[in-house]
Amino acid sequence: MNRINKIFKEKKNNILSIYYTAGYPGLGDTVAIAAALEKAGADMLEIGFPYSDPVADGPVIQASSKLSLDQGMDLNLLFEQLKELRKTVTIPVLLMGYVNPVLQYGVERFCKACAEVGVDGCIVPDLPMVEYEEFYKDVFLQYGLSNIFLVTPQTSVERIHKIDSLSNGFIYLLSSSATTGQNLQVSDTTEAYFSRIADLKLNNPTMIGFGISSKETFDKACKYANGGIIGTAFVKSIAAGNLEENIEAFMTKFTS
Amino acid sequence: MNYFVNEKGYYGDFGGAYIPEMLYPNVEELRQNYLKIIGDAEFQKEFHALLKDYVGRPSPLYLAKRLSEKYNANIFLKREDLNHTGAHKINNTIGQILLAEKLGKKRIIAETGAGQHGVATATVCALRGLECVVYMGEIDIQRQAPNVARMKMLGAKVVSAVSGSKTLKDATNEAMRDWINNPVDTHYIIGSVVGPHPYPDMVSIFQSIISEETKKQLIEQTGNDQPDYVLACVGGGSNAMGMFYHFINDENVRLIAIEAGGKGVDTGFSAATTFLGKEGVLHGSRSILMQTADGQVVEPHSVSAGLDYPGIGPQHAHLFKTTRAEYVSITDDEALDAGLLCTQLEGIIPAIESAHALAHLEKMKFKGGQNVVVCLSGRGDKDMDTYMKHFGF
Repeated sequence: MNRINKIFKEKKNNILSIYYTAGYPGLGDTVAIAAALEKAGADMLEIGFPYSDPVADGPVIQASSKLSLDQGMDLNLLFEQLKELRKTVTIPVLLMGYVNPVLQYGVERFCKACAEVGVDGCIVPDLPMVEYEEFYKDVFLQYGLSNIFLVTPQTSVERIHKIDSLSNGFIYLLSSSATTGQNLQVSDTTEAYFSRIADLKLNNPTMIGFGISSKETFDKACKYANGGIIGTAFVKSIAAGNLEENIEAFMTKFTS
Repeated sequence: MNYFVNEKGYYGDFGGAYIPEMLYPNVEELRQNYLKIIGDAEFQKEFHALLKDYVGRPSPLYLAKRLSEKYNANIFLKREDLNHTGAHKINNTIGQILLAEKLGKKRIIAETGAGQHGVATATVCALRGLECVVYMGEIDIQRQAPNVARMKMLGAKVVSAVSGSKTLKDATNEAMRDWINNPVDTHYIIGSVVGPHPYPDMVSIFQSIISEETKKQLIEQTGNDQPDYVLACVGGGSNAMGMFYHFINDENVRLIAIEAGGKGVDTGFSAATTFLGKEGVLHGSRSILMQTADGQVVEPHSVSAGLDYPGIGPQHAHLFKTTRAEYVSITDDEALDAGLLCTQLEGIIPAIESAHALAHLEKMKFKGGQNVVVCLSGRGDKDMDTYMKHFGF
């Protein structure tokens, strides 16, 4: 059982997952951020490997990706940092990024490196389900990696069931069809969508993401799913100042 | 060999739809409907009526006598420069706006580099009374002020793309982000044969009018619908795909695609994708693109904004890999010289994009009597600044 399956088995609810971009704000900050987040109560980490053309991301994560790349981040360096990270960090770690860097690194080589450094799963938003099923699934499973699919309010029920059958970790529910960093507007339609998903009784746990920036929106997410994912709001909070202090202050809002 | 798209949306190893889930419903809606809508008799009637009466088609196939003498071959120019708005781009935007209407869309978005596709999109939006938002790189907005003004005059909102390298690829990213954030009422008119399936196929179908007409005109003028060579420039590759389309299965017609070599393929300032690129994924499809070893997309260079793109459409990648078409490159200087030559021998000022195709004639050896078609994809009015600076007029 990998660490993702374990956390959903042990904690079930109010799971707090934090996204941040590797190599940002400082190229070497990847490890320190992970350690500080675990200490401050994060249950899971999603570490973004930057890409030059991140179409699913809003301005904040775009800017963090660009700075990280400009500072010299690449997958080779990231895997070295992750090896270091796993010496202390015990919570699940996912890598999130776009498919082209994975293709250039080599899919099998990428999965093998993930397994070796203790990465538990991947989120690759522009890797289509049909491609995953045909060309990637076996390799992912061979190396014990969970592949996380996204679901939006526009995703059909039939497709959600298909996604459920291919998932082996959790399903990432987007609060709306949007790029990252929009504020979560919990309207009646959003709630109806969340409860519709809850009613499907999927095999996999669910996490709600995109637009969670406050305790209130996080609690809302936890009402309908096993937890929430915070990305943009966190990335913004560590842009300047003391990293550990910023992280502690940010996390207190959600864990107190 | 199948050179066209298969039922899975692939051209050999290339194509597909590498898109985030947020775009899936939009792209799937298109995929399920585009062939049905385009094939409909009423759609065809409306499309062809607009091409004829609004765009001014058929565009002439002109036997360029003095160029023919110079190169010892029959050089035919397919005059897409004579279309309304001055380039082939309008063939596609007319088709897509009609399709968007059939899908019930109220809002149109587009990306543009030099502004030609932006102008062609703003034009059809004015024609049909639809809201239009064009994304354009901040740097391109500065370089192409007249086209920005045209779009605004046509009623479009021009949004500056300030992310990444602030040029065409980033404008495309911004348009995709807009589509993610407006998933229901918006249609994205992609300007080239790039993007997720079904875009490359759909755009090539709309542009295929170029080769459809050319074949008829060749029969009238030469008695044979199969020329020896067909030449066209390639950025993303939409004029080339339209020019090649009906010749692709005529295996004795040699297809030559001309890429922008910039300051020279090995100078670090080039857009010659098949020379410098590797297989990968960009803007939703698997193709060949210029990238670092780590898979980051590289910013290309060309004197011609319309060829300044780091990838090529997936069908081009397939034609390249199967060697059905030959891919060559022409430098900035060679293109500018060919533009001047065409102007002074034929009285036609070509767009610098199209001048790349003309420049390749210089490198070919003809044995007299061979028929050569060159796609003159656009006119050079927009490029006068560059021509003036280069030649000091």
